[in-house]
Parts: sequence; C-alpha cells; structure tokens
Amino acid sequence: MRIVCPFCGERELGEFTYLGDAKPVRPVAGASEDEVFDYVYLRDNVAGATSEYWYHGGGCRAWLKVSRNTLTHEISAVEPAAGAGAAKVGA
Amino acid sequence: MKYSIFSLARAALSGHKNWQRTWRDATPKDRYDVVIIGGGGHGLATAWFLASEYGIKNVAVLEKGWIGSGNAGRNTTIIRSNYGLPGNTGFYELSMKLWERMEQDLNYNTMVSQRGVINLYHSDAQRDAYARRGNTMRINGIDAELLDLAAVRKMIPFLNFDNARFPVQGGLLQRRGGTARHDAVVWGYAHAASALGVDIIQNCEVTGFVRDANGKVTGVETSRGKIGAGKVGMAVAGSSSRVAAMAGLRLPIESHVLQAFVSEAIKPLIPGVMTFGAGHFYVSQSDKGGLVFGGDIDGYNSYAQRGNMPVMEDVCEGGMALMPMIGRVRLLRQWGGIMDMSMDGSPIIDKTPVDGLFINAGWCYGGFKATPGSGFVFAHLLARDESHKEAARFRLDRFRTGAMIDEKGQGAQPNLH
Repeated sequence: MRIVCPFCGERELGEFTYLGDAKPVRPVAGASEDEVFDYVYLRDNVAGATSEYWYHGGGCRAWLKVSRNTLTHEISAVEPAAGAGAAKVGA
Repeated sequence: MKYSIFSLARAALSGHKNWQRTWRDATPKDRYDVVIIGGGGHGLATAWFLASEYGIKNVAVLEKGWIGSGNAGRNTTIIRSNYGLPGNTGFYELSMKLWERMEQDLNYNTMVSQRGVINLYHSDAQRDAYARRGNTMRINGIDAELLDLAAVRKMIPFLNFDNARFPVQGGLLQRRGGTARHDAVVWGYAHAASALGVDIIQNCEVTGFVRDANGKVTGVETSRGKIGAGKVGMAVAGSSSRVAAMAGLRLPIESHVLQAFVSEAIKPLIPGVMTFGAGHFYVSQSDKGGLVFGGDIDGYNSYAQRGNMPVMEDVCEGGMALMPMIGRVRLLRQWGGIMDMSMDGSPIIDKTPVDGLFINAGWCYGGFKATPGSGFVFAHLLARDESHKEAARFRLDRFRTGAMIDEKGQGAQPNLH
C-alpha cells in the first residue's frame, strides 16, 4: 500500500499512522451517554469502501482523509482532513 | 473410526491405503437445536462440548468455505495461559487444562507440545512487570518462573545477550505453554463432534437471520437454503461485525490484518516459544524445522487476508535483534489473517440483545490458545443460557458499564492492543 499525500506526493505506508474510521463525529458537550458510548466504542467496521483518517508523521505531519477499500486495500482518493491545511491545496 | 496404536500399525502395514475419512461432510437438515456459524476451531469445539458435555447432539456447524480455512489455519500455533487480569487469568488456564487432555478427549493426535513459553525482559522495569505477572499467575495456581540472565543463557545460549540497546536480562517462563498443530485441532474436534452426531456443513455461507414476530432468531438463511434453529451461536472472529450486522447489531470491534511467517527448515534450534520483550516478535520452531514467527498487527482495518511491508520489516528486525545469525535464513511463506480487534483487547462471549442469538467474538490475535476453553464456555452459555463462571466477565455490555479487561492499558483504540 502506498498513499498519495496531497502535500508530499506518493509515499510508502511506513510514513503514515492510522487513526480509524472518519465517520464517527465527536458528540457535543452534554450529549447523552448513549451517544458518547456509540462514538467511543461502536464501529461499522465496513467490509468494502470506507473513509478513514491517516496521519503523515513521516512527511508533512498533516492529517489526511483516505478513501480505501478494506477488502482490496485499493485507495481511491486522499484529501486533507479539515483543518490540515486544506485551503493550501484548494480542497 | 477410533484411532489407536493398532489402527496406526494396521494402516502402516497396508501401505496407508485404507484410512477412512475422519468426519462426515453433512448436508443440511431443516432444523437443529443449535446452529453454530463458523467452522473454525472455536465453532467446532463448541459443537463438540455441546454434544459431549451438555448432551445437545442435534447441532450443526455451518462453514462458508472449508473447515479451518480461516484463522484456525493461519495462526502461529502457540498455547499459553500467562495473563494478568481477572477474567483472563482463570479463563486461559481453563483452556490450558483442556489442551493438556485434548488428545485423550478427542482420540486425535493434535500434537500438543508443552515445550515452554518464555517472555524475555530487557530492563529492570520490564523485569518488575514480568515478576508481577508471574506472581499473579502463581497465586492463581498457574506455573510461572522468573529466570535470571544465567538461567536464560543456559536455556537459550545463542541469543544476542549483549545487544547494546536491548540486552537480554532474563525471562518469564511458563513451562506448560508450548505449541499444538493448528489444523489437527480443527480436524480433531470435527472428528469427535461428527462421531457424536454433529452435522458439519461446508460451503454453506450464512446470508441472513430468520426471525419471528417478536424478533427472536429462529434460524438462518444460507447459500444452501433456510435452516431452522432453536438457538444460533456465532463464532466467526474476523467477520463478526459482518454477521452481527445481519441481525442489526453494531459491535465494539474492528477487523485488522495480522501477518505470520515461516522460514525454510533448519536444524533444531529454538527450544520452545520465545518472545522479544523490547519489540513485538514471537517465534517457535515447527517439527518440520521452519521458524514460525510473527509480531504486531498491521494497524489498519482490513478484510484482505494479506498485509504490507512495513510490518514485515519490523517483525524481521525484532528477530534479527534477538538472533542475528538467522539473517541468512530465507523466508519461505508469509500470509495474513483477519483479527476481531475488540475495544479492550479481550474477547466477548455473551448473549446478544437479539433473542436466540449468542456471540463468541473479539479474540484479537489470541484466539488459537483459547480454542478449547472458548468452545467449553460457549457451549455452557448456549446450553444453560448463563455464562460459565470463567467467562462471566467477557460481557458484551462491559464497554458501556466500564468493566473493561484491558491487559495492555491502551483504551478504546483497537489497533494498539
């Protein structure tokens, strides 16, 4: 697996660290216990196309949102995560 | 058929032409008292314990491929019970005791070899942590010995003891740990379960659950038709989220890939199972001579049953740090299996919120050693509708109540367990 970083170009996997599914959204302060439990512990654990957060620690140190297929490891898109210099690449 | 020294001699003298098939490849009936989804070690063990221990013989094991084609045939065959937390300690020792009598119980040679498992330590702090774990084991009646440097040198003289960064200082040894032949464990449970009337049905993929008006599971839809069931137990680690989703459940689990490796065969070298404490590397030597080893999971969600190069490099570096002389040994094979990584690194064996559906999941990369214990306690749960006392903490709702069993103390980040 190689990831095409929007800032650095194509780099080998060892430069990146995985966080996980990009779908769960942190609940607002005062959210119910159920919402917090769901966010912290439950996962869709998709078999197929999914989007997830990766950190380019061995390069530009930006957080990236990677669209990847968990059945094949095929990567279809990589974009900067919100707040990770997205404006600089026009994303 | 029953195996004995006489059957072995008879078969040998007749040129090994008359071996009988060891278990029945069944076709599905309309209904069973219990249907187990997953024909791996855990599913087959569950079926055997249901039939032999709990008297429930109208049981089917449904396997989407062939039995043992998933993680049961992909692991590094290590058995041990050196856990430190309440819940795990007793459960894995129950499993260890079942390993010790497995071959007699099943009338099948599963090549259980108690050649010892040693965890090496490389610093004073790590020695203290291992001493604590060893003490926990001993007060729970499990064997553990803390070896100093001289004892390790005597036992494994070829290690790189003077590694400048990670000198070997000693190790925590469990002599009763060791290895077993993983495929034979699958075949052994199939052999013994089939003889008691359990139907083992291959190429039968579950595609949905049949539910009554109250939502109770009353059967499964499969690629070979509908099969009715009094109760359904799922033992499909790696694919637990996918199967549970058919019943509308989301689980505290992520699927990750773990790689394993075998070298070309070399002369007998490694006395038992060893782990490198300064990285993540574990190794044993198979009876055929190959070094069987592994390390960390790759760290990203995957269902692909294959991994990537950075972890291969990391694992081989661990091996080289410990035994530089294996640098010229060639790698023979490498493969991946899909792990049910739970949110605290420990398994789940429980009822589900769906009536009639029971779950056995979340084994992370420790499922093989748990095979007999898992089958025993899951059969208990299915037969009695209540948890076995050694599995009472493996609850599905522990993530909500806060009763986590987190050996590594990593929190809810599955790829770090």
